[in-house]
Parts: sequence; structure tokens; C-alpha cells
Amino acid sequence: MSGPEAALLPREPAAGTPVFAEPWHAEVLAVAFALTRDGIFSAGEWADALGAEIARATAAGTPDTETGYYGAALKALESLVSAKLPTTGAALAERIEAWRCAYLNTPHGQPVTLAAAALPMAHHDHHHD
Amino acid sequence: MSEDHAGRMGAIHRELHSHLPPEPALRVKALESLLVEKGLLDPRTVDAWIEVYTEEIGPKRGAEVVARAWSDPAFKARLLEDAPSAIAELGFQGWASGHLNVVENTPAIHNLVVCTLCSCYPHALLGIPPNWYKTAAYRARAVRDPRGVIAEFGEVVPDEVEVRVWDSTAELRYLVMPARPPGTEGWDVARLAALVTRNAMIGTARDLAPRVGGR
Repeated sequence: MSGPEAALLPREPAAGTPVFAEPWHAEVLAVAFALTRDGIFSAGEWADALGAEIARATAAGTPDTETGYYGAALKALESLVSAKLPTTGAALAERIEAWRCAYLNTPHGQPVTLAAAALPMAHHDHHHD
Repeated sequence: MSEDHAGRMGAIHRELHSHLPPEPALRVKALESLLVEKGLLDPRTVDAWIEVYTEEIGPKRGAEVVARAWSDPAFKARLLEDAPSAIAELGFQGWASGHLNVVENTPAIHNLVVCTLCSCYPHALLGIPPNWYKTAAYRARAVRDPRGVIAEFGEVVPDEVEVRVWDSTAELRYLVMPARPPGTEGWDVARLAALVTRNAMIGTARDLAPRVGGR
């Protein structure tokens, strides 16, 4: 066994490995489930969108990993929401920035709410490492 | 600016970055918060789904379905004929349980399940698919070289056994019913279910014979 075959390993997760490596992995699938159940889009549309994003990621050379998979799932969800709910889709970019500001404005340990996004951003002009 | 001050600013900077969630997490949060505000998403649905799939389902439901079928020929017949109705008897409906086909391994046939498009899977019975199920390597090679893939999982399908590969879709998903291993006569459903692995219900495992010392 060599090359891509190794991607199939390990066969089983080690005992105690969480089902979801990151909370957002679970959230992507949970939102997709809820929107499918409520008929915002169908299971077939979800599979097609996910398949298309996975194919795109593979073609772009994205590593064949769990992170790559969930990144494709997030893009599929965003594109389906934008197609089915254009107003929500159009508001996404601004809302992402609002949450970023809210996190940067909220002292660590305190609950982060969107209200904090409206505060002036004390540390927004720094350079990234 | 003194060196000391620069050091403190650096520490604050790192603190801010450790606090900021990764970009994809921010994107999901943005999506969720907009949908909730518009009344299109109930946050309790999201929380309940995550709890159930993180803590409860795993492949346990699928294992119980298989163990019941081994123990009850009438249930097995109903399961192979109309899987959604049979699993509804056990109360196991859920995400993607509506269009399910159960395929049985026999001495002459081995079944292997894949989703070549994405990751269609009988979630309500098996939980979240393992990472390897979602990889391009598995999705491509399960069809092209099923025996080779099964061999990589440490299993041997004898040459005289036909391997059938089932490509799952959103409309039709598959669960493999492995063969009941010898030496399990008289076992109850719970004991049998403990033998049934997730991989056996996908088809990347075939032999479920109990090992010495149990497993």
C-alpha cells in the first residue's frame, strides 16, 4: 500500500476520538439537516451541492482530509442558502465581519454578542503574524 | 515604545487571536444567526441534532437492526423487503432513513457501500460517516477496486465470493447486513449487536466471528 491508498487509514478512530473534530463541523451538518427537513432545499439538492464542492476542492488540490471535506460542506451550504434565500445570502459577508468585530471587542471569557460588533475596534489595525 | 511595552502589546495581540474563532466557524455562525433571525432555523433543532449525533447514535442503531434480523426471521424478511417500514418498528427514523435498502451478505455475495458523489449515508442508523468514507480515495477506489479496498481494511473476500458495490445517493442509501457468525447460537440481541461493527455495515469488514477474549 502506498500513495493515495494510505488516505484510507486509520480504519477506525482511536477510542475516545470525538465524532466531530471541531464544533463548526457539527454545526454545518446540523444546519444542513434542519434546512433539508424544513424543505428549504431537498436532500438531492444538498447531495448535488456537496458533491460539486468536493469535486471542486479535489480539482483545486485541497488535501483529501476531514478539514477539506467540511470546508466543502460549508461552501455547499452557503451556496444553497444564497440560491434559495438570496436576501440571507447577500447579508452573509457583512454578518461574518460583524461576528469578527464582536469577538475582537469582547474580553475573553465573556459571552460574545453581536451588540459588541458596534463598538469601536480597538485592535483592528494590527498586523497579522 | 519601550521593549517592555511592545512585549505587552504582543501578548494582547496573541490573546485576541486565540479568542477569535477560525474563519469557517465565523462563517457558520453568521449563517446560523441570520437564519435564526429570519425564523428559518430553530437553534434548538441544531443543538438537539448535535447532541444526538455526538452522544447517542453512532452505529449502535444499525447494529441493533442487524442483530434483530439475525434473531427474528420474520423481521429480517420485512427488513430486506421494505427497510424504512421495518426500522420504523424500532423507532429509528431520522435523517435520511426514508429511502433505505438493506443488502445481505451471503456465502456467495459480499456487499460494499460507497457514495461516489459526496457522503450519502444512512445517518439515522450509523451516525456520522467515518472520515475515510468521505475521502476521494475511498469514493474512487471502492468502485474501481473493491477487493483491494477491503483488503486494506485487513479483510479477505475469497475469490469465489462476488463483490457487489452499491453507490448511495440522496434518494437511496444502503446498509449491509453481515452474516451472523458461527458460534453465536442462543445469543440475545444485545450480545449479538455488540459484535456488529460500523465497518461491517458499510462492507469494509466481513468476518464478525467473536474473538477469544471478546471485543
